[in-house]
Amino acid sequence: MPKNDPISNVLYIDLGKKRYWVVRREDLFEKYIGGTGVATKLLLEECSEGCDPLSPENPIIFAVGPLNGLFPLASKTVAMFKSPHTGNLGESHCGGRSATAIRLTGYGAIVIKGASSTPVYIAIHDGKVFFRSAETLWGIRSAYTVGRILREKEKGRGIRTIMRIGRAGENLVSYACVMTETYRHFGRLGLGAVFGSKKLKAIVISGKSSLPVKDKASYMKIYDEIYRLVTTSPLMKKYHDLGTPENVMVLNREKGLPTQNLQKATSEYAEELSGENFAENFLGRRLACSHCPVGCIHLAALREPYEDEPYFYKTSMISYDYEPIYSLGIMLGMKKARDYLKLMDEVESLGLDAMSTGVILAWVTEAFEKGVIDTCKTKGVKPSWGDLESYTKILHFIVEQPNDFYRGLARGVEFVSRKYGGEDFALSFGRNEMPGYHTGPGAHVGYLIGARHSHLDCAGYSIDRKSENVPTPESLVKRLIEEERWRQVLSSLVICFFARNIYKPEIVTKALEAVGFYFSQEGLKTLGKEIHSLKYKFKLREGFKIEELRIPKRIFETPTPLGFMSEDYIRIALKKAEELILSSVEEISQKD
Amino acid sequence: MKNRSFYRYLSFVFFLQKYSIEVGKDHELSKGEIWMRLSVVDVERCVGCQSCMFACARRYGEGGLAKSCIMIRSRGGMSRGFTVVVCRACEDPPCAKVCPTDALKPRKGGGVILIPSLCIGCGHCKEECVIGAIFWDEENNKPLICAHCGYCVQYCPHGVLKMEERSVEYAEK
Repeated sequence: MPKNDPISNVLYIDLGKKRYWVVRREDLFEKYIGGTGVATKLLLEECSEGCDPLSPENPIIFAVGPLNGLFPLASKTVAMFKSPHTGNLGESHCGGRSATAIRLTGYGAIVIKGASSTPVYIAIHDGKVFFRSAETLWGIRSAYTVGRILREKEKGRGIRTIMRIGRAGENLVSYACVMTETYRHFGRLGLGAVFGSKKLKAIVISGKSSLPVKDKASYMKIYDEIYRLVTTSPLMKKYHDLGTPENVMVLNREKGLPTQNLQKATSEYAEELSGENFAENFLGRRLACSHCPVGCIHLAALREPYEDEPYFYKTSMISYDYEPIYSLGIMLGMKKARDYLKLMDEVESLGLDAMSTGVILAWVTEAFEKGVIDTCKTKGVKPSWGDLESYTKILHFIVEQPNDFYRGLARGVEFVSRKYGGEDFALSFGRNEMPGYHTGPGAHVGYLIGARHSHLDCAGYSIDRKSENVPTPESLVKRLIEEERWRQVLSSLVICFFARNIYKPEIVTKALEAVGFYFSQEGLKTLGKEIHSLKYKFKLREGFKIEELRIPKRIFETPTPLGFMSEDYIRIALKKAEELILSSVEEISQKD
Repeated sequence: MKNRSFYRYLSFVFFLQKYSIEVGKDHELSKGEIWMRLSVVDVERCVGCQSCMFACARRYGEGGLAKSCIMIRSRGGMSRGFTVVVCRACEDPPCAKVCPTDALKPRKGGGVILIPSLCIGCGHCKEECVIGAIFWDEENNKPLICAHCGYCVQYCPHGVLKMEERSVEYAEK
């Protein structure tokens, strides 16, 4: 690592005492590169064992890596915390301008400790920290508005990130998100609630420092090689053209599209909610994260009339991606693309995780249909498939939490189904709501054993889709874990996972070398394994047990493209995964 | 450090040669001469990836954005699209007129060239540019102004920027 590289500067902020300090942590960055690797170590250092995720002892850690600000698609920031949603390891990634802003304000990681007694927001400009009152911002109806206000108030146009929470975060909904640059999110696992528990409304970060490289000539060369690959590869083009919603029709054809709470795996409304339909009839603008030429962010322009006055319209720009279309559209039996967009807009303004929210609403609909819950609990709302009006009301009740039922819903589908019943069709894995792939055992085992219970941990769906037959549980688990270990390297750099087919081990070692980090391909793989084990070390410390994982019955009732799955198969796979993971955690513990 | 200044010097010389920038000479164009300038073709195509900003800084062989002479920012929120802030190569540049030490020389074909040894870092040029296209090099306390070298154009994936010919017929009044 180059001497005095600003990447090793870790900014510590104590919200309780309103003070900050910087510590050089070459020890961490030299060994764990940055991003997930460094954040995991910091989490193990800072998060006291068994702490309440909504207490001041739970730290918020942001980390970037040595490739951020230097290479295309090194555009992500890693957030780590103890998740209020799962009660265990919380890790969420976000793009926008967050990564370049943190790197160019002069830090490799930011650790936020303690809690403020009054609402505050933090501004970090060129490395300097300012605590500002957020009293006036607290309780503002929409997270969009908070962004607008901070945009005017703070400096750094073009080179800043504005992270903020909505009312869901303020009211500690356990799957509240943190929104940045309006259309990107630390979406999953409830970082928004951790912000809320610290009375932290927003963080604005700006900076435009220069970053030294070790070897100029090879830096320019490898940059151009990567740039050419990302701008000419068909692997990346799909993200720009239709974007991730391309998957709607693909999965529908394959019969792996979870529909109406996974009662089936194809939807009659798939065409209406397809990437093709959105692109042809709604697409208004495409956006990119900072330093990503791909531009995968798609915004729909929705023009709606006001009913009280003729010729009076509003036009909203609303983002759409595969996962929110799956959860807020397909899972809820939405019949119209516009209805999805309106619900998405509401979810954004409240600051909820779109994926968890959709799955929760789907459970509510089925539970109501089956009589598990009634109007006494729902406060008169009678949800049915595709019912935008009821869903909007429920969203507001989740945020306002007027009764026990909605207080339960604000903690996710695992919690609420344990309390009221309907567990068989409560689609959560490790307490996190299901992503949009019912492609086979790879996807489901992946959700269960992934350190974050996210589809992006190991992309099991991709293994399913490449398989003609179901692999043996042993070989499936081996492939899933191998992929997840490699992804720890990518998320330590921090590369967007969409570029995983570009940033192969060979390119990664060359890029790192150009900026002064020397790793062999083998060394990177070993590191990936170690980081993965460290994450599991934290999970085990906080009481995680693979054998205790609940598997929702529903996934066995609806066939996947690879046929019906059996619980026995999944349990065998879990057993195998447990052995593998425990033995490598043991290995690193012995090294310590 | 020595290495870095050497590279900066090299890239400077490279631009001068490639674009025949003749510093200090009469900037009037003779008929038939063609000069290149950076032009924003269609700002609505911009996705805000900022690859051009990083490219501009990379000319100096460094990462980050400290040395960038181009800025992409939203028009008050990403939903409204972007603005490209960069020197548009004024034919009679106001920034040069307010320079008290003649450190900014009008460049053939429009825009200016900075003579660093003359610049005292007063910042009048920055104040004078109505589109805010003069950026500031905090490290050296001197302005950063687009040299119309076209390096960023190679890294604009969506056809927002291009190099445009400015012929004498067009340029002369």
